Amino acid sequence: MRYQTVIGLEVHLQLKTKTKAFCGCAIDFGKTPNSGVCPVCLGFPGTLPVYNKEALNSAIKVALAFSCQIQEHTKFDRKNYFYPDLPKNYQISQFDLPLSRHGYLDIFSDNKTKRIGITRVHLEEDAGKLIHESNASMVDFNRAGVPLLEIVSEPDLNSPQEAFDYLTSLKNIIEYLDVSDCDMEKGSLRCDANISLRPEGSKELGVKAELKNMNSFKGVKDALVFEVDRQAALLEAGQAMVQETRLWDAENGETVSMRNKEGAKDYRYFPDPDLTVFIIEQTMVSRIKSQLPELPHDKMRRFMRDYGLSEYDAKILVSSKKNAQFAEECIRKYPGKDKKNMANWLIGPMLSEANSRKVELHELNVNMEDLISLIGFVENQSISHLSAKLVLTQMIDSQKPAELIIRENNMLQISDTAELEQVISGVIRENEKSVTSFRAGKTNALMFLVGQVMKKSAGKANPKIVGELIKRRLTDA
Amino acid sequence: MAIDKGTVEQVAHLARIELGPGELEKLSRQLHDILGFIDKLSVLNIAMVEPASHILPISNVLREDEVRTCLTVDQALENAPSKNGNFFSVPKVIE
Ligand SMILES: [Zn+2]
Repeated sequence: MRYQTVIGLEVHLQLKTKTKAFCGCAIDFGKTPNSGVCPVCLGFPGTLPVYNKEALNSAIKVALAFSCQIQEHTKFDRKNYFYPDLPKNYQISQFDLPLSRHGYLDIFSDNKTKRIGITRVHLEEDAGKLIHESNASMVDFNRAGVPLLEIVSEPDLNSPQEAFDYLTSLKNIIEYLDVSDCDMEKGSLRCDANISLRPEGSKELGVKAELKNMNSFKGVKDALVFEVDRQAALLEAGQAMVQETRLWDAENGETVSMRNKEGAKDYRYFPDPDLTVFIIEQTMVSRIKSQLPELPHDKMRRFMRDYGLSEYDAKILVSSKKNAQFAEECIRKYPGKDKKNMANWLIGPMLSEANSRKVELHELNVNMEDLISLIGFVENQSISHLSAKLVLTQMIDSQKPAELIIRENNMLQISDTAELEQVISGVIRENEKSVTSFRAGKTNALMFLVGQVMKKSAGKANPKIVGELIKRRLTDA
Repeated sequence: MAIDKGTVEQVAHLARIELGPGELEKLSRQLHDILGFIDKLSVLNIAMVEPASHILPISNVLREDEVRTCLTVDQALENAPSKNGNFFSVPKVIE
């Protein structure tokens, strides 16, 4: 039987405010354990939490960027459970009146744009960190109380690749907003995945597994790929699925069931009496909306309109905030009329250099003026496109300017016709067969002859000029 | 709402409270009576009353994102029943 994969993602995002969500403790993860704590975030009796204005602003920005409806009336609830990383034995979170609902995120997957629903974006606080020793667990509360956002997607994702693309898109938008570091390895972005399979065409959702413990986007994708196979095999064998939480074991490349001790979770949510409600006025929402930076999708549209780029190319350039900034500066500084020339260089040779070095465009350390001068050499036909690419590689490796590399390597193209004519005469003399077939109308032969001239000139001949010269010689005669 | 022994056992478990002999029966009875008292509220007509999640008529209590002095590590750990270096130490939670 064919199955449809159904995936929903829960993303937790640490907001990079100066202080924690409910107290004035500075957020600094490099610090000595338990040096960034106070009676509020240690959950001492008699203390009162007060929410951070900047965290609320950032949260509204994120909700708006995902086109969510900001709820006029929102409040905090207590989510009760016992675990030693939680000093109060409850986490301050939001239950029935979250900050926002009904948003969406467009992803670009498999060359198609797909809209993924966002169920809600709500506010909560982070827990502390546990380090397990042989006979005890050690607790560091520096992270306890750091403001978190929970971003819950609808089960609209239908493949591990779509889940990966969703995370990439989400991260890109958050980076543009500059409200979180979004670093999964450092834990500032965390992701749990719900996944189930159902027979193709079925409307009912299958029994899901909740996957945890992935610490990279690729980890999320790998865990989902494994889970699709595992669940399909179980269904195929007619075995009943159990709803359970499974941990991703990256080393062995498998998900492992967490033995379920507690049964169904019962968090006994109730409104936190220590925190008053929030009435979010429309004027506040409009003010924040007007302060939003240009988001990736808008930037892409503008790149297409202003610089004549294709959607595909524009998408690549806006896929990270820093890349987009770098690209736009290059394009603006480029003096040529057709801005697309510069864009082609960025998407072509520059991007492949970046990919092969596993860095981003802006991290290549290519000086913009220098790149412009290199493109100039190609445009006035002083060097071939092929050698320009070699020069670019050397520019990055040696950090020397383009012009110096071209001169040092004697790469200037021979466009001097007198010099070229000599080489051409030789080639024509040595390749009678090709000459005859060219005269018989076989254009391929011309390519061959040009190739021979290029070879003799050690790649320095200007192929366009060579082609024209040969053509003229053979048709005139 | 009726409170049976199963509910009391479940609530006790969630609150990590161990019940002594006879306590289960006693608490089931008492909780049942308490809920009975609260049930008296259901005779009130509240059709015109807005639901509230807080008893105080105040909203939007926020603070600026400004750093305040934290405790020192020694102060933070002063009341800890068990500590290890700069950490709180608790019974091991995973095997
Ligand atoms: Zn604190």
